[in-house]
Amino acid sequence: MPVRPTTTPLLLAASTLLAAGTLTACGGGSGDDPDTVKISFKQSTDNQIRVMDTYLEDIKKQFEKENPGKKVKLVPIKAPDSEYYTKLQQMLRSPKTAPDLVYEDTFLINSDITSGYLKPLDTYLAKWKDWDQFIGTAKTAAKAADGKTYGVPDGTDTRGLWFSKGIFKKAGLPADWQPKTWDDVLAAARTVKKKVPGVTPLNVYTGKPAGEAATMQGFQMLAYGTGKDPLYDPAAKKWVTGSKGFKDSLKFVETVYDEKLGPDVSDALDPNFATRVRGELLPEDKLAINLDGSWLPQDWGKGAGHEWPEWSKKLGLAAMPTQNGQAPGKVSMSGGWTWAIPAKADNPDLAFKFIETMQTKANAKKWYIANSGIAVRKDVAADPTYVKAQPGIKFFTDLVASTYYRPAYPEYPKVSTAIQEAMESVTTGDSSVEDAASGYDEEVDSATDGQVIEK
Amino acid sequence: MLRALPVSPAVILLALFLAGPIGYCAYIAFTDLQLTGQAESSFVGLDNFREAFGDERFLNAVWLTLVFTFLSSIVGQNTLGLALATLMQRASKPVRTLTGAIVVTAWVLPEVVAGFLLYAFFRREGTLNAVLDFLHLPSQNWLFTLPILAVSFANVWRGTAFSMLVYSAALNEIPKEITEAAEVDGAGGWRRMWHITLPMIRRSIGTNLMLNTLQTLSVFGLIWVMTRGGPGNDSQTLPLFMYEQAFQKSMIGYGTAVALLLLLVGSLFSVVYMRLLRTEV
Repeated sequence: MPVRPTTTPLLLAASTLLAAGTLTACGGGSGDDPDTVKISFKQSTDNQIRVMDTYLEDIKKQFEKENPGKKVKLVPIKAPDSEYYTKLQQMLRSPKTAPDLVYEDTFLINSDITSGYLKPLDTYLAKWKDWDQFIGTAKTAAKAADGKTYGVPDGTDTRGLWFSKGIFKKAGLPADWQPKTWDDVLAAARTVKKKVPGVTPLNVYTGKPAGEAATMQGFQMLAYGTGKDPLYDPAAKKWVTGSKGFKDSLKFVETVYDEKLGPDVSDALDPNFATRVRGELLPEDKLAINLDGSWLPQDWGKGAGHEWPEWSKKLGLAAMPTQNGQAPGKVSMSGGWTWAIPAKADNPDLAFKFIETMQTKANAKKWYIANSGIAVRKDVAADPTYVKAQPGIKFFTDLVASTYYRPAYPEYPKVSTAIQEAMESVTTGDSSVEDAASGYDEEVDSATDGQVIEK
Repeated sequence: MLRALPVSPAVILLALFLAGPIGYCAYIAFTDLQLTGQAESSFVGLDNFREAFGDERFLNAVWLTLVFTFLSSIVGQNTLGLALATLMQRASKPVRTLTGAIVVTAWVLPEVVAGFLLYAFFRREGTLNAVLDFLHLPSQNWLFTLPILAVSFANVWRGTAFSMLVYSAALNEIPKEITEAAEVDGAGGWRRMWHITLPMIRRSIGTNLMLNTLQTLSVFGLIWVMTRGGPGNDSQTLPLFMYEQAFQKSMIGYGTAVALLLLLVGSLFSVVYMRLLRTEV
């Protein structure tokens, strides 16, 4: 058998190669170079979309020019959101793989802080003039329970009510509609249901299939209009259970689906419903009011799949009101991404210098316009070229003043799922508001190991 | 000793890349490791397993997994595959080629693409309801009213080709003379099937059932795309439950424990089939 002697060296060679491959993959950081700053970011899975790549390349050039001898190495991670988090969290665990600067979602940043993955930036921020330009609420986006700040936000998103001017006209509702209370919203939906049959009056995302959209665009847009800290009490550092605001918010969801003001329940619980709202229902005038985020026009731009440049003439925008019109009268929720420095980074000082370059007024403005983000810097928000870059941008930027960030502590993903389950059960009518709320209370109690406070 | 040398690289590779991760998984299942949100993990013994068996959603997932596997693999893919293979034995060549091509296409499609196709078939404005409307039959949102049936059907649609190929091969192995002799003795189609064909392809049935079942137990993408395990948890099989715990709620330890239990379910099925295979014909 002449085969045998050759297989052994082949296999041996293969195994050494593989071993070498895995070893270098592990130690691939070559993190000892004090003059190179390594930057990890989320690259779009769509090859056509290179907004972030282009922007970072540009900043890299500026940075290398301003800091002779220093180098920037971009380490893109090409993945959808959830896989990006997983990959990043694995990289952050070890000093060999941790980059010097990472792009972190505000949704998970607190979990990564608790894990000890990130470095507090307070000493840097104290010396950085531009930090004063950041709006107060945005500064808290990456503030941890320990009071320290771990990330610099590069923009945000806000949420409000999108409505069809065409349907409103048929229903006899004003084109400059601005509800003052929840009842105003429901009243408008009821009018649409009566006068314009065949369209969906009001969409509020709900249930587990919608995922975080149900929690954030749906539930929290309601809950934060019922009173202060409806989900988490920062003073007590505990999750809130048994609150009236929680039940009232569920009641609103129940009303929408029980009175058939919302989409058909089976549509609302379709995992692809959000795509249909943007691609079909709004452009085809089949949905009167939609509680949704500031990013919708991304889908209607040139070459974005559902081109719909006329949207700004066909749709109106209104702020989501508080429950009974209590101050400040409107509510918005915000998320967005921040730049953070890993605890195990080799060159944190250089990394912060890179943040400073990214966040000059000119560069920040360039970024907001390129990715249709909402500015969190006062100077950019007031800049006319930014305001005019896209219709609706002023509306959503003005909401930043009355926006809230989620209590995205480590337990948050579990709490969020519990909210979705409670919403789903009142949407389908499987349980009453009372039962759904007490189910949530139990869930939260066990998910947070009893870190709850009754309100 | 020297004789073992040539295979040692293979053994090392297997140990490194197959047994290593499995062993690590088994270890993690006994800790409270999280993906994030925790500074240190600790050993918690059997807590994860205790939690699973006390968790009504886990038991629901186990039940749905069994329903899904029984309907789509044991009943659906297996029986339909055998039926198709038998019919194709008799069919003319063009019919055989065409049927084969269609069934195999469904099989080679990526799971996610197949998921979207069947989502489009079952959704409220989908093909199935269009056909029902045309026939003046009541239509409904199948993914909402009968989610586990819908995803089971999808898995049958996608996976039948494999059984068909296995059974076609097995049927071709049966000597023509035996079938012809039975025919001469006056045995009808059903009797021939029951007394000759089935006993003779018994081993193939065992192998096919085992492979099908193991494949079906781990189906994830198809269900994820079609229903995301919903509505509620009505189509959340074990792999989806595991994903939710490990990656959406960050509880890697608990998710891994569920994975181990899934492995256990798979090996239980395997043992049953192995016994079936071992019995003398």
